[in-house]
Amino acid sequence: MFGYTFQWNQALARLPKMLDGAAVTMEVAVLSMLIGIALAVLLTLLRLSGSRPLKAIATTWVEIARNTPALFQIYMAHFGVASFGIHFSPFTSLLIGITFNNAGYLAENFRGALKAIPDTQTRAGRSLGMSQLQAFRYIILPQMLRIAFLPMTNQMVWAVLMTSLGVTVGMNTDLYGVTQDLNALTFRTFELFAIAAVIFYIITKIITLGARLIASRLFRY
Amino acid sequence: MIEIQNVHKSFGQLEVLKGIDLTVQKGEVVTVIGGSGSGKSTLLTCINGLEPIDKGRILVDGTEVHAKSTNLNKLRQKIGIVFQQWNAFPHLTVLENVTLAPRKVLGMGKAEAEAIAEKQLKHVGLGEKLSTYPTRLSGGQQQRMAIARALAMSPDYMLFDEVTSALDPQLVGEVLETLKMLAEEGMTMICVTHEMAFARDVSDRVAYFHKGIMAEIGVPEQLFNDPQHPETRKFLASVR
Ligand SMILES: Nc1ncnc2c1ncn2[C@@H]1O[C@H](COP(=O)(O)OP(=O)(O)OP(=O)(O)O)[C@@H](O)[C@H]1O
Ligand SMILES: [Mg+2]
Repeated sequence: MFGYTFQWNQALARLPKMLDGAAVTMEVAVLSMLIGIALAVLLTLLRLSGSRPLKAIATTWVEIARNTPALFQIYMAHFGVASFGIHFSPFTSLLIGITFNNAGYLAENFRGALKAIPDTQTRAGRSLGMSQLQAFRYIILPQMLRIAFLPMTNQMVWAVLMTSLGVTVGMNTDLYGVTQDLNALTFRTFELFAIAAVIFYIITKIITLGARLIASRLFRY
Repeated sequence: MIEIQNVHKSFGQLEVLKGIDLTVQKGEVVTVIGGSGSGKSTLLTCINGLEPIDKGRILVDGTEVHAKSTNLNKLRQKIGIVFQQWNAFPHLTVLENVTLAPRKVLGMGKAEAEAIAEKQLKHVGLGEKLSTYPTRLSGGQQQRMAIARALAMSPDYMLFDEVTSALDPQLVGEVLETLKMLAEEGMTMICVTHEMAFARDVSDRVAYFHKGIMAEIGVPEQLFNDPQHPETRKFLASVR
């Protein structure tokens, strides 16, 4: 067909390398989620704070993260900051870019989740002698994370897929980067990228199924 | 002793409390009755400092609630409050609901907190429900849990804000019984309620609130049988 002969064996021989790449992709995605969640909680607290400048910082972050291309965010984390003499490795830049994006989207999800929790919950906590922060930590946060659990799962999937943007900043150890290098070496374009696509698909499926399992274990109320 | 002295409180333009004076002695049970919007709930949330006040002062055991120097988190440990609804923390079991504050606020160990929580939950008749989540409890059980949760902090005062008014009629009794039991044990209480029979039964004194003013206060026999203020008469006639 179109003069192209499939040579799956040649591509499959590279599978171990691609799986190494998948491990790096997972590493970036997991780290960006863990740090992203922590930052999103912080952004949520800033937005709840009475301070105008703190609110403005958080809102700006969320607005940029959600209303500009993820590619731009990763690009800025590498070439943008390089203009000021700050040089990050492709791995670090990719991690920063995706984390920035995650934090912004998650903060918005958390804001929505908070609306579903009556403020009498905080009042009940404060009445028991808890500080504002204790009431947030022990009463609001767990409920917020539960409500936002599905959006968090989606963001995790999105983070995995976003790692493919790393090639624009010279990342070549992740699944997409590895695949692209192998392609330049072997020209088995269709086969290699088809295998990469399947690996991406399997990863995201495992995440959604895993999340469902965790949810059923964690949320028993 | 809770001393409320000339307390004024506004929400925006609306003056909700217009100079309240009330002293509640240790061991006393005062119930507060009155029409909707008369400021009853607001008074309770001012007493434990959840709401600021505009004028006057409130002293709890001599500590001025709204003074800048007052550590409210500390003060609230001795004032338990139970609201009309939404009291339960839905993500925690009944036992965890009750142990949370003793552990995190008082710094109690797990075993000690659980022992106290179990005792209080048994006290309000929920000894069988320790590992249940509040969403599986009836409204009446949730309110009793909230009472146990407040009691687990060993408060000196308990404030109740219409704890039965969100309940189905058949569940009201069990909660009122719990309040009555506390009153008999000598707890100092201020109860806002619409249950006139209950007010008559447990109160040392009954206060009638009308549009931000405490129009009348007296022992139950006097207030219910021989109300002095015309508004009290009107109100009692309307709820009978
Ligand atoms: N947080 C608030 N912001 C603005 N207005 C408020 C607030 N809380 C209460 N109010 C108003 O203050 C007035 C008194 O309210 P409060 O809840 O103290 O009345 P209440 O006597 O408890 O009435 P009810 O029997 O209906 O519970 C009402 O008009 C109410 O709308
Ligand atoms: Mg009220």
